[in-house]
Amino acid sequence: MPFIPHTEDDTRAMLAACGVDSIEDLFDEIPPELRADALDGIPPGRDELAVSRLLHARAAQDAQPLCFTGAGAYEHHIPAAVWEITTRGEYYSAYTPYQAEASQGTLQLLYEFQTMMSELTAMEVANASLYDGATALAEAVLMAVRANRKSKARRILMPRTVHPRYRGVVQAIVHHQGITLELLDYDTAGGHINPASLPTTPGDITALVIPQPNFFGALEDADALTDWAHTHGALVIGVVNPTAMAVITPPGEWGAAGADIVCGEGQPLGIPLASGGPYFGFMCCKQKIVRQMPGRIIGATVDLEGKRGYVLTLQAREQHIRRSKATSNICTNQGLMTTAATIYMAVMGPAGLEGVARQCHANTRALVQQLGEIDGVETVFDRPTFHETVLRLPRPTAEVLAGLSERGIFGGFDLSADYPELDNTLLVCATETRNETDMDAYAAALREVLA
Amino acid sequence: MTQRAVCEPLIFEHSRPGRVNRAQSAHLGGELNGIPESLRRKHPPRLPEVSELDAVRHYTRLSQKNFSIDTHFYPLGSCTMKYNPRACNTLASLPGFLGQHPLSAARDSQGILACLWELQEMLKEVTGMSAVSLTPMAGAQGEFAGVAMIRAYHDARGDDARTEILVPDAAHGTNPATATMCGYTVREIPTDNQGDVDEEALKAAVGPHTAGIMLTNPSTLGVFERRIHEIARIVHEAGGLLYYDGANLNAILGKVKPGDMGFDVIHMNLHKTFSTPHGGGGPGAGPVGVSEHLQPFMPIPVVGRDDSGAFRWLDEHDLPQSIGRLSAHMGNTGILLRAYIYALMLGREGMVRIADYATLNANYLMARLRDAGFDMALPGRRATHEFILTLKHQAKEPGVTAMDFAKRLLDYGFHAPTTYFPLIIPECLLIEPTETESKQALDAFVEAMTAIQAEAEKDVETLKGAPYSLPVRRLDDVKAARELDLRWQAKA
Repeated sequence: MPFIPHTEDDTRAMLAACGVDSIEDLFDEIPPELRADALDGIPPGRDELAVSRLLHARAAQDAQPLCFTGAGAYEHHIPAAVWEITTRGEYYSAYTPYQAEASQGTLQLLYEFQTMMSELTAMEVANASLYDGATALAEAVLMAVRANRKSKARRILMPRTVHPRYRGVVQAIVHHQGITLELLDYDTAGGHINPASLPTTPGDITALVIPQPNFFGALEDADALTDWAHTHGALVIGVVNPTAMAVITPPGEWGAAGADIVCGEGQPLGIPLASGGPYFGFMCCKQKIVRQMPGRIIGATVDLEGKRGYVLTLQAREQHIRRSKATSNICTNQGLMTTAATIYMAVMGPAGLEGVARQCHANTRALVQQLGEIDGVETVFDRPTFHETVLRLPRPTAEVLAGLSERGIFGGFDLSADYPELDNTLLVCATETRNETDMDAYAAALREVLA
Repeated sequence: MTQRAVCEPLIFEHSRPGRVNRAQSAHLGGELNGIPESLRRKHPPRLPEVSELDAVRHYTRLSQKNFSIDTHFYPLGSCTMKYNPRACNTLASLPGFLGQHPLSAARDSQGILACLWELQEMLKEVTGMSAVSLTPMAGAQGEFAGVAMIRAYHDARGDDARTEILVPDAAHGTNPATATMCGYTVREIPTDNQGDVDEEALKAAVGPHTAGIMLTNPSTLGVFERRIHEIARIVHEAGGLLYYDGANLNAILGKVKPGDMGFDVIHMNLHKTFSTPHGGGGPGAGPVGVSEHLQPFMPIPVVGRDDSGAFRWLDEHDLPQSIGRLSAHMGNTGILLRAYIYALMLGREGMVRIADYATLNANYLMARLRDAGFDMALPGRRATHEFILTLKHQAKEPGVTAMDFAKRLLDYGFHAPTTYFPLIIPECLLIEPTETESKQALDAFVEAMTAIQAEAEKDVETLKGAPYSLPVRRLDDVKAARELDLRWQAKA
């Protein structure tokens, strides 16, 4: 029996100890009319060899094109050590560290993770993860509503330069609580938040969301936006790419006072693309509002003998204690992913992470320059970008992407569904994993497709 | 005892200025020409500067300070800590799966889509629901999806008077927290002395304001809710819907289908029942199953199959009344893949055996502990896949608590059972052995409990001081919460 160790003798002895004749007798409290028929819709069990054969075939079935698409999920090199260590059984098969003394490995690692994320964003504190970047933004919005006690309006300014899927997820999660998301338009020349779209008579605003870099890859004027928000009593929620943090101003240093809450998608920190998950969301904030932060938080303390140790702390915020008055319903988060991210950051170090960020920036610039030499291909926006850029094409994007796909190139993200005004445009990205040969291949393929 | 001698410094304390791991960054770099000085970072983040060996050794050493299923028996009630087959990880980590960008075209993703579609079909069959959406990323997000669908259903009918969700007092904390996130007020329903929902209290609570009830069956008390049909009738007649919290699905897999019990919407915890890893606190996966009338409201994306047999993502164009997306992509796809692999290996007969042997193990362990003199919270009832032992007598005399027993068990090499949950049973241990443990492992646990009881009778201080053999002694939670220290700081 797969994964059931009982011998016939064991089973007999156990039934005798229970005082019953058969396993079936142990289900005698279930009303007979509820008993299910056989599970005919499920195939018979297969052994590991047969399943392995099937899964290898399925994995081989999917094309592995040369990827020039980011749009929220980025192909980065992951040092071999990261997942070798992460999948050790002591991390992989451990439970949430409620029994602190039996979980010091996970707890110390998460304390290090919190420190690394705080350093990366220049914020005071971080939590131990949320599900993904999109839900982290939803939780940040809910947190801002709790933390901004002066604001009664439950009104969030949400730029259109925020990832469209994130905006959708935030709406799906927060609208039950009477929170309104007010869209801010972007500057059609720069591709950044249009300052003219900020309300001229602001009134009561709970928070302003600032993406950095934004969905178009462009860098927002985060200093001015942060100061504007604080002047009007609004909190600032930063949504940032962690790789970019190695080279651009971190949100803790935006404007005069810095962002209040920072969140984002942790996938670039050592997590494979894997069709979209599991990834992890991260969240940081100023310490004075940490009691409004959702999710697990690890704190350092001492044991009976005064020796340093780590525990889950501030648990009175959480659902298992506070129930209907908790900061969030989140329980299980993305522990194993933060394990990988912590090891990734340690193995890369500040120099390695900066190298990745610089190479991504340089590669994308080189790619854009090369593609821009093709007739009818041009950049759409003129703001500085980090590692993604929007290109205009002389032909409908879907058609071009299909042609590139036939040539083994995943050429970018078609913006037209989310931004109808940006038809015939393509969001491209070249991370450190792309080299000159790859970029030449892209340019050659695009020339053919557009010819 | 050797573990206690080793105090592993923080990775930051291993750091030395200028130490660079060239294997990862020798050829990386490039000018930041496109980024004006005003937008650039002024000081590098103080990440650790260590060699690759430093990092590997440090995180290997930390791992050795953990209990895990791979190293210890974990009878953690309500958490279903069973063996996580290694094949699930190895096969889900094939390069073809890991390298796939989430925005890849469906034509380039038929392999992974086929796996997910088959998982949807298998989960439908085993739960008796009409349709399944795999996207929620944990049980709590599955709960959110379920309650949001209940709300969308009432709203679509123009029934906006339903403002209240009913939750039994023994429920997981996520249930009331979820109802609040969905804009509902929560009313608790008491449990009777046999562990069933108090039917009279339920009758008195329902009405035109009732949006629904959230139930776990078997309940968190480790017993099967016998009057489930009656409960379903009461709630449905009042116009409310029934939500099934699948935390305890392991106990009835293939034996009873939630759809047949009258539930309108359910979530499953794949990291429990389908043995995907807990990973030290996630990632999980919490797919939702719905009856036909809730199908239009399912969270997207869902995997569909067209007439030609090709798979594709169903989105807002296919399900315009959907409650929307709950993640940027398809939730925790890699976890879904592990559950799929597990389900393939089990097959139809293996699924039923899970319930059989999880139930046998729980009842056997309960019988052995009862014979050893321990008190059960609900002595007249069968255990399902778990049961509750109460130490309320021991708390009075000789004066040791459930926490003391839990901490002492760690010294004996067992992870502690769930303590102080459900909240309505004093000094309780919620014990769930799961089907993957052998009789010999269960017998060893009984011996440890018996030995600890004897220690308590001899000298309570033995238990009060536990644990002794772990990397740290009992930790000061109060200090941690009062004097917040949430990150390492470089010494000035």
